[in-house]
Amino acid sequence: MRKVAIYGKGGIGKSTTTQNTVAGLAEMGRKVMVVGCDPKADSTRLLLGGMSQKSVLDTLREEGEDVELENIRKLGYGGTWAVESGGPEPGVGCAGRGIITSINMLESLGAYEEKEGLDYAFYDVLGDVVCGGFAMPIRDGKAEEIYIVCSGEMMAMYAANNICKGIMKYAQSGSVRLGGLICNSRNVDNEKEMIEELAKKIGTQMIYFVPRDNDVQRAEINRKTVIEWNPQAPQADEYRGLARAIDSNKMFVVPKPLAIEELEQLLLDFGLLAA
Amino acid sequence: MLLRHTPKEITERSALMINPAKTCQPIGAMYAALGIKGCLPHSHGSQGCCAYHRSTLTRHYKEPISAATSSFTEGASVFGGQANLLQAIDNIFTVYEPDVIAVHTTCLSETIGDDLPQIFDKAMKEKKVPAGKTLIGAQTPSYVGSHVTGFSNMVKAMAALAKPSGKKNGKINIIPGWVEPSDMEEIKKIAAMIGVSINMFPDTSGVLNGPLTGEYKMFPDAGASIDDIKDSGNSIGTLALGEWCSADAARLLDTKCKVPCSILDMPFGLKATDRFVDALRTVAGTSVPDEVMMERGKLVDMISDMHQYFYGKKVALVGDPDQVIAMTEFLVSIDMCPIHIVTGTPGKRFEERINEITKDMGQKVNVRAKGDMFLLHQWIKNEPVDLIIGNSYCKYIARDEDLPYVRWGFPILDRQGHQHFPTVGYMGGLRLLEKILGVLLDRKDRDDPESKFELVL
Repeated sequence: MRKVAIYGKGGIGKSTTTQNTVAGLAEMGRKVMVVGCDPKADSTRLLLGGMSQKSVLDTLREEGEDVELENIRKLGYGGTWAVESGGPEPGVGCAGRGIITSINMLESLGAYEEKEGLDYAFYDVLGDVVCGGFAMPIRDGKAEEIYIVCSGEMMAMYAANNICKGIMKYAQSGSVRLGGLICNSRNVDNEKEMIEELAKKIGTQMIYFVPRDNDVQRAEINRKTVIEWNPQAPQADEYRGLARAIDSNKMFVVPKPLAIEELEQLLLDFGLLAA
Repeated sequence: MLLRHTPKEITERSALMINPAKTCQPIGAMYAALGIKGCLPHSHGSQGCCAYHRSTLTRHYKEPISAATSSFTEGASVFGGQANLLQAIDNIFTVYEPDVIAVHTTCLSETIGDDLPQIFDKAMKEKKVPAGKTLIGAQTPSYVGSHVTGFSNMVKAMAALAKPSGKKNGKINIIPGWVEPSDMEEIKKIAAMIGVSINMFPDTSGVLNGPLTGEYKMFPDAGASIDDIKDSGNSIGTLALGEWCSADAARLLDTKCKVPCSILDMPFGLKATDRFVDALRTVAGTSVPDEVMMERGKLVDMISDMHQYFYGKKVALVGDPDQVIAMTEFLVSIDMCPIHIVTGTPGKRFEERINEITKDMGQKVNVRAKGDMFLLHQWIKNEPVDLIIGNSYCKYIARDEDLPYVRWGFPILDRQGHQHFPTVGYMGGLRLLEKILGVLLDRKDRDDPESKFELVL
């Protein structure tokens, strides 16, 4: 089984990209489990056709420590398993600890065991690696490959670079590696070239360039992934392409995050190029 | 009446715990770590945690307990405890020179997500761990499980050190669970009498019940050595005593090193000791030697001689799951009636086991895992008992309800003897009966009218 974690700046489209890609993998016949690590518990909405999943932490709170696997995972599009960690309401408690608890619980319940026949486990992680809890999915023995969703916007690239720092720390003692950057286009000037250059500087690749297409939003309104909503849509093919790229990816590296000056220079270079 | 506010009427509580029957995970982890030879326990958290855990162990064992701490400050909580732990490892190996540092985490370091394997790896790479020295680590957040969980996690971390060499050593691993140093001695004695060569870890005998010699040794010459613990991967089998305390470690040895295990109850009382002795005898391929049969005979003799005083006496029992399960079986086997039974440690299995053991007793039994002393007290108010067995915290209930009381379990902060006189095995069973009889007959002598006051009982 390949364990994959998706990171990236808040609002960049991690959950959307993850679910659409997972739909592509499911279409290829892969058995996938998606673990949403976001207190909002909206990481599996498109696969489940609506937000009806009861989160691991809610279950834990209501039913105590004797939780069964069947209480916390739900079957979604194409036979994928969907799990939501859940977490506290905004402004209270500790969301990071929630992720630790939830992943430990899934492990002790045997969600990753061989008999489950999983090809992939995807962790969809909220925002930046802001604290130890959010790094849980990349500790040794957890996720082994990381993809960072970013765009050509400064803050997204800044976040991607920061996440690389987190990965580098854990890669030194464990098996976690960076699999590449996924560019979720915001139609920024020179976006593709810039992200390709950023990837090169970090020591990785831009594994896929996902163009901007409003079909993604249309599918979301219908609580579906693009592949399920309109299999013929050109954007569905893009996600299939990303799924194939991940499925056949062989490039796993320990990232070399850039110094801030380098990052700003990169923006400057490519920004000027456009002007 | 210190507990005079405890009402008789029981109301269902979902959030509130009153007078818990459990304590912090790290206390268990620290006790287990002291059963490794030359080991300094280390608390990865703030200083207060470490101070509390040390003092609880010191108060119970009446021995100085050395342990180090990562001394988290506000800064460490924000930036992670890695720098503190690295510095601590360096200092400890330089200043105190233990063979092993056994690190357990705390609520704080767990919540901020410090990852011990990653920090250990960094310590190795930065050459802060001298050759031949060992680091082991266990995750012990106190908001999960109880002190029993912490003990189990540390024992599992020991089992994780096991390395199979491909050549069996002919020994049997015994994982004794959280029992007193004296009990560990007794377990070794029983195995030796039957002629089984064992490898026992952890082993606190000689560490926490040593003599006063006038010379302080930070690391007494006792405990399970790291070499022996590593060698446990080459044993021909494992006997794990206690599902809660020892099963995880035994199962790890099974899956990782293919050392088959059986999980037994802790050998408290006649039947559980019988099963333990039988398991050892089977492994050794011998019959039970006479000297063991002699001890057993003595226990059976006292049970039958004094049966009239045990028969039908109602008991309230509180403690840790493995101990309480075995004790319940013992009490039932001598026709006493344990009717109120509480453990503070979670686990559905506990209530199932107790119900199974007491099903033919002919009395309604109140049992609760994850319960508290308050509930136990309320049960006693509703259905009075003749005896209460539990740790020192029971003294408040015993005093208020004027109950005969036997101290047994952890912690015992106000009496002596538990470090030196075992309660496991047949001889331990005799001691338990002696204590139970002592308090029951003292009560009889106190309460009997003059016309019934007897010289001979």
